[in-house]
Amino acid sequence: MSPTGTEPLLRIEDLTVNYGQLTALEGVSFSVEESSIFAVIGANGAGKSTLMRTLAGLHKPVRGRILLDGVDITSVPAHLRVARGIALVPEGRRLFSSLSVEENLLTGTYRARKGEWTLGKIYEMFPWMPSRRTQKASLLSGGEQQAVAISRALLSNPRLLLIDELSLGLAPIVVRSIYSSFSSLLDSGLTVLLVEQDVAQARSIATQIHCLLEGKTTLFGGPRDFTAEEIEAAYFGIAKPDLELGTL
Amino acid sequence: MSWINALIQGIFLGGLFVLFAAGLSLLFGVMEVINLAHGDIAVGAGYLAVVLIPFLHIPAIWIFLVVVPVFVVIGYVIQRLLFQPSLKSGSLTTLLVTFGLSVIIENLLLEAFSANSHSLSIGSLGSGAFRISAGLSISYLSVAILAAAVVTIVAVQLGLSRTKTGRIIRAVADDREAAQLIGADYKHVFGIAAGVAFGTVALAGLALSMYSQISPSAGPTYLIYGFEAVVIGGLGSLWGTMAGGIVLGMAATVGLLASANFGALAPHLVFLAILAVRPNGFFPKKAVA
Repeated sequence: MSPTGTEPLLRIEDLTVNYGQLTALEGVSFSVEESSIFAVIGANGAGKSTLMRTLAGLHKPVRGRILLDGVDITSVPAHLRVARGIALVPEGRRLFSSLSVEENLLTGTYRARKGEWTLGKIYEMFPWMPSRRTQKASLLSGGEQQAVAISRALLSNPRLLLIDELSLGLAPIVVRSIYSSFSSLLDSGLTVLLVEQDVAQARSIATQIHCLLEGKTTLFGGPRDFTAEEIEAAYFGIAKPDLELGTL
Repeated sequence: MSWINALIQGIFLGGLFVLFAAGLSLLFGVMEVINLAHGDIAVGAGYLAVVLIPFLHIPAIWIFLVVVPVFVVIGYVIQRLLFQPSLKSGSLTTLLVTFGLSVIIENLLLEAFSANSHSLSIGSLGSGAFRISAGLSISYLSVAILAAAVVTIVAVQLGLSRTKTGRIIRAVADDREAAQLIGADYKHVFGIAAGVAFGTVALAGLALSMYSQISPSAGPTYLIYGFEAVVIGGLGSLWGTMAGGIVLGMAATVGLLASANFGALAPHLVFLAILAVRPNGFFPKKAVA
């Protein structure tokens, strides 16, 4: 449906966001192509979560633009972005604690777009869910809560799924099992933009990686375009003369 | 016998307190607004009925069909225009805003209707009663008010737990920001919750003006009973609010046996006593439902 046919699904231009007195993001630009997995990596405080929250509409940028399918959505409020096809799985999962598992899932359908994701399909993907659907969401384990949070976002039938720190606080085996269910998501044409602290995990799953350091881009490209050392340097900001990649 | 009579009358008086408390419980449970103007809004609804009844050719008891919808709309508008902007500045600001609203309503009513008390006459329904035994009769109106209270609590409870809108109201109460992420405009949702709360308090005001009398300054007295019912019931628990209101009603009527003044004091003493034993109320709960 893109107006020009070559427009990426998401394009951000010169995005600058202040968080209190602090500049959390400074002049970040990138494009996310349809049906790709785009991973944003970076250390704590690099501005990754601010980026995700800004894309979801929870923060207003002081400068720059966000374009979805070529349409400027910079000033569209958060609750109207869902209908445009953006869904965020927030950091810390943020399930509704007094609602049951199924009620949490159903909130995802509140302003859903038309699409293939239904409660039945979610229950197929996570076979443990139906038997626990009447439990309070707060009683689930961290991994189970993350699965519910992702499912809640999927039920809005997004075009762009934003996932903030999927692996935070979860056992590696749980993280792997959630990521392994991702391949089926991509087959459905979904585009995923995720924030990940685990660089190895991000490199193994993403089609594009983008590294942030103190709010600025330090590296971007395909996951195999760089050596582990180069990524490490960009991640921690270790200055090496041969790493002036001209990406700033 | 008079004890039993007092306790039973108390259950019915409790229905009135429950009606006052339901909206307070809802406003606090959903958006943590403590509405000090609640009693005055109820009195305002009573006066609206006093004004409207001569123009509308319907029996006075049906006036709620007109007044309640009007207050639902007023509730939505006041939430969006008055309470919502104050929520950003913290709960103390909201408390002051509702206090200011209380003073304004009281003085407007005083200007318009003088300090004299008014009541709504509902004819035979107001004076008729079921005679249970020689010493015990229950007025039709008391039964109607208790029934209205039970229906209100059950309807609000079912609405919150079973409907799509109710689910979103609870989601917004749990986590406003996460609710935005699923497409909920929390300001609109708060408006709906306030509309329902104002609708229930309008019902309370009509019940009060049929059951006894209203004057412009009557609001705060009933606000306190409403608060006490909410607090001893357990904040945010609607079933608790119902239990709390009925306990207070029984305290008032039993207190009346001792002396006329003690009738007004007894509910407050019972409130303090329950609070001492169960500081979190009958059904302590964090969120709505």
